[in-house]
Amino acid sequence: MTGKFSLCVLFFGGIALALLLALTLGALVVVGMQGAEAGALTSPDWRALVFTLEQAFLSAALSVLFAIPLARALARRRFWGRDTLTSLLGAPFLLPVIVAILGVIAVWGRSGWIADAMGWAGLGRLNVYGMPGILIAHVFFNLPLAARLILQGLADLPPERWRVAAQLGIEGRALFRLVEWPAIRASAPGAFALVFLVCATSFAVALALGGGPRATTLELAIYEAASYDFDLGRAAKLAGLQFAVCASAALIAFVVSAPVAASPGALTLVERWDGRSRASRIGDSAIILTVCLFLGAPMLAIFLRGVVGLDDLTGVVWAAAGRSLVVAALAILITLTLSLGLAALIVALHIRGARIVARLVDLAGLLPIAASPFVIGIAFIIVLRPVADPFALALLLTAIVNAAMATPFALRILIPAIRLAHDEHGRLADSLGLVGLTRLRVLYWPRVRQPLGFAAGLSGALAIGDLGVIALFSTPSEPTLPLLMHLLASSRQIDAAYGAALVLIALGFGVFWLFDRLGRP
Amino acid sequence: MKHLLTAAVLATAALFAGNAMAEDKPKLTVYTYESFVSEWGPAPAVEEAFEETCNCDLDFVAAGDGAALLGRIKLEGKRSDADVVLGLDANLVAKARESGLFAPHGQDLPENAVPGGWSDDTFIPYDWGYFAFVYDKTRMDTPPASFDDLLNAPDDVTIVIQDPRTSTPGLGLLLWVKHVYGDEAGDVWAKLAPRIVTVTKGWWEAYSAFLEGEAAMALSYTTSPAYHVIVEDDDTKAAATFTDGHYMQIEVAAKLVSTDTPDLADAFLAFMAGEEFQNIIPTTNWMYPAYPADDLPDAFGALAEPGKSLIFKPETTPEIREAALAEWLEALSK
Amino acid sequence: MIVVHNALIERGSFRLTADLTVPAGRICAIVGPSGSGKSTLLEAIAGFLPLASGHIRINGEDITVRPPSERPVTLLFQSNNLFPHLDVERNVGLGLKPSLSLTPADRRAIADVLDEVGLADLAARRPAELSGGQRQRAALARVLLRQQPALLLDEPFAALGPALRDEMLALIDALVLQRGIAVLMITHAPEEARRIAHLTALCMEGRIDGARSTDEVFANPGPELAAYLGIGS
Repeated sequence: MTGKFSLCVLFFGGIALALLLALTLGALVVVGMQGAEAGALTSPDWRALVFTLEQAFLSAALSVLFAIPLARALARRRFWGRDTLTSLLGAPFLLPVIVAILGVIAVWGRSGWIADAMGWAGLGRLNVYGMPGILIAHVFFNLPLAARLILQGLADLPPERWRVAAQLGIEGRALFRLVEWPAIRASAPGAFALVFLVCATSFAVALALGGGPRATTLELAIYEAASYDFDLGRAAKLAGLQFAVCASAALIAFVVSAPVAASPGALTLVERWDGRSRASRIGDSAIILTVCLFLGAPMLAIFLRGVVGLDDLTGVVWAAAGRSLVVAALAILITLTLSLGLAALIVALHIRGARIVARLVDLAGLLPIAASPFVIGIAFIIVLRPVADPFALALLLTAIVNAAMATPFALRILIPAIRLAHDEHGRLADSLGLVGLTRLRVLYWPRVRQPLGFAAGLSGALAIGDLGVIALFSTPSEPTLPLLMHLLASSRQIDAAYGAALVLIALGFGVFWLFDRLGRP
Repeated sequence: MKHLLTAAVLATAALFAGNAMAEDKPKLTVYTYESFVSEWGPAPAVEEAFEETCNCDLDFVAAGDGAALLGRIKLEGKRSDADVVLGLDANLVAKARESGLFAPHGQDLPENAVPGGWSDDTFIPYDWGYFAFVYDKTRMDTPPASFDDLLNAPDDVTIVIQDPRTSTPGLGLLLWVKHVYGDEAGDVWAKLAPRIVTVTKGWWEAYSAFLEGEAAMALSYTTSPAYHVIVEDDDTKAAATFTDGHYMQIEVAAKLVSTDTPDLADAFLAFMAGEEFQNIIPTTNWMYPAYPADDLPDAFGALAEPGKSLIFKPETTPEIREAALAEWLEALSK
Repeated sequence: MIVVHNALIERGSFRLTADLTVPAGRICAIVGPSGSGKSTLLEAIAGFLPLASGHIRINGEDITVRPPSERPVTLLFQSNNLFPHLDVERNVGLGLKPSLSLTPADRRAIADVLDEVGLADLAARRPAELSGGQRQRAALARVLLRQQPALLLDEPFAALGPALRDEMLALIDALVLQRGIAVLMITHAPEEARRIAHLTALCMEGRIDGARSTDEVFANPGPELAAYLGIGS
């Protein structure tokens, strides 16, 4: 690397790092200064803390528990549509939370399919609100993610291992113990930690399915403190608490295994010779089918009701869709700027032997996972209020917060690609004297292009479905699409809400598909 | 990369285009709750009617259910774009006044706008109604006739209510129970807790959950069934009349101290108390008009009438609310 | 004895036809360019790929349709023949009992084969603590323990240095052939075939047409092999 180039990396990477630190730690400090007189934790605070930990732990445990047999079954079975299915496991991650919530209610709600079936079978009705609903929604979102990570672990095993086992006649429990379990044990803790983190900062799910004060997460409590009572002191106190919880969880996850976002495309899985017995075939089919039903039914419910609602859609929906696209486009731009700058900085530091600094910057890149979007939002309001109207900048601010939230995932996607480019052909590029833009174009671009497209798609899809911080900045006379879904339902336009949900799904996956596609050569 | 840049430029352009297109006319910004501003709520008709006379641009901004609306105004402080806030209720008036963000209306208004009368130098009522549990006649034959009835009803008589911290109906129910039971209110909530399917942030969530069949009853208004009769030609929804009496809601609006168009704000408040606005209210906001209006649609005549109307004096509510809220939180957190 | 008779193996659009016999106690090298189908044949014999037609027999038994674990064959890979979290003793012991409930007699048998391959002192080590050559010795010990009549080598020594490779070949010569095991070995190095293989089969463009004596093959290579080896014929 030439001096000029690395200066550039240091400069832009440094700016990206400063921005990210300002958005996370800075926001915490800004809000915290408002809450100097906050005082000790009250009993609602404690309850929120305990509930947050409890539901995050249970969500993570259930997700991983079901993900293990699912990943096992998917790894060893070959059937029509398996590759599609494994690719689709990444889909719930991109699904707007509000859409999934509507789907979960349509299936598990008091008058949903499951309740009808249970009522028909004389089992009484399930109340989805409270812990059950939160767990169902969290598992809906995170079981596929966990399964994907564990499946990745199984797929990463050298293919010879399965063959050696097949030759030696190692099957069933022995195979699980000797081959599968070590791989699962390596990937499951990371999956658990990631799911725990995602669920510990859960907002919309707890808001919509929590069913009242008994199911208040810290994130929800922060939102309540700020927007119900304008109690910035309590918001700051809770934000500190949440940050501590998530930062420790993130640290543990980082140590156990670096959390990875679901990687793109289908996994290449080797052919297997075990599990040919009838019982194991039935068992695998049952788990795959059950999970398909569990994940598919809410989607089907949304689709069936949404198709009816498509007729009810008006220009307002399309205008809202336009605003959501603006948020997505801005979020993509900011995410890529932040994450490229940081990723380049981390790799550059690593290459130059500053491993500890690189690791620290890497850790800083994970900070948003532990940060609260609402704290960032509140900090924006506090800081901007004297000079500008933060609410007029709602779309931009929503995009910035979403971009910050997507950065850790983008980093996980980009860093390996940049490192790979450097490791593979960095010396060749040095010896050829490739510098500046040529170096970017020849050395990095071919390697980074695809992950960049994937990261852009991911960030865009997440931003398009945001129903978190937009609730704080909301200008529902100019709503984004997820917010409009609230509005539609508020006017009892339930069908239109489901129709809008279909549009939102199409946009989210459309944006993801488009950028993922642009990234492919 | 070229594609990315193009997308970003387009996005930024679209973002600012919206602002540039605003006209030169003075703009009046009114913060209100979501259902008011929706296409199907009162806002479109109100906007059209007021803009005909004001030579201004009336802009409704939805900022959450009543109580959240106040939170929002406090969050924005003196920087707020809002000129008028529409959608607080009598129970929030004292708290709102305390914030110092609202300005006296300086208007001479009749004191008989709502049953029981109203006189306040800052907050003007624009409609009113009674809180009630709405049920579906096809799903329930005999609704509970009092809170005691509800407490002792079969287990499948479930309810969905709103959070008193965000929603004026939620706050209304909190005060209703407090009004009926006084010191025993906490115990009543504890007994009620198992049949509460969910506590929602806003009125719509609770009501749509009820319509979806998630609960046997939702906390709403005695006037809600009129919506189903008039819009959907459906007479299966009804409000359960409680012998305890029904807590009354008076929805109010006020001008903000920080408004940059005080005259326009005053004009709007005066318009709000006028016939044109009031005629729009019943069949869009599904509440009783506060000032003289044309005759109400027939469906309103068929609505349940509470035997007794309950309400705390606005200036006493903050204290009552705080105590009742603590009881409520304690009872429902378990 | 390994007999591959009129075998046709299809893998996507790739087709391999093979006819080959390796007598007991003999070693047969398969020589040919990359992608010509050498590994495909081994995988088919071990049961990892099905035959479209034809037969495979080991010591007269037709094993064409048996699952890998029921074939009296071991395929030794270039790497990853051992499970990383098991020590050498248990890795070898897997050859006896997949459940690893080893009796004292089992453990003595394991100690014996480990002694034979020169790993007697390293029984308690894990694969990560062994050198590449030691790992392949451990894998070889497992082959000896299983007492199967056929061994397939998919370049298991390619990653080793020349001296180690010679050592391993000598080990094969001394321990495997001595026991009457038939060995089929893929190699890229003609000198390896010349050094150890009694027979050599050519694998060219998806065809294996029997094995001839190694000396004869290299003395009279024919145009295809000559082109591959880069020598004039």
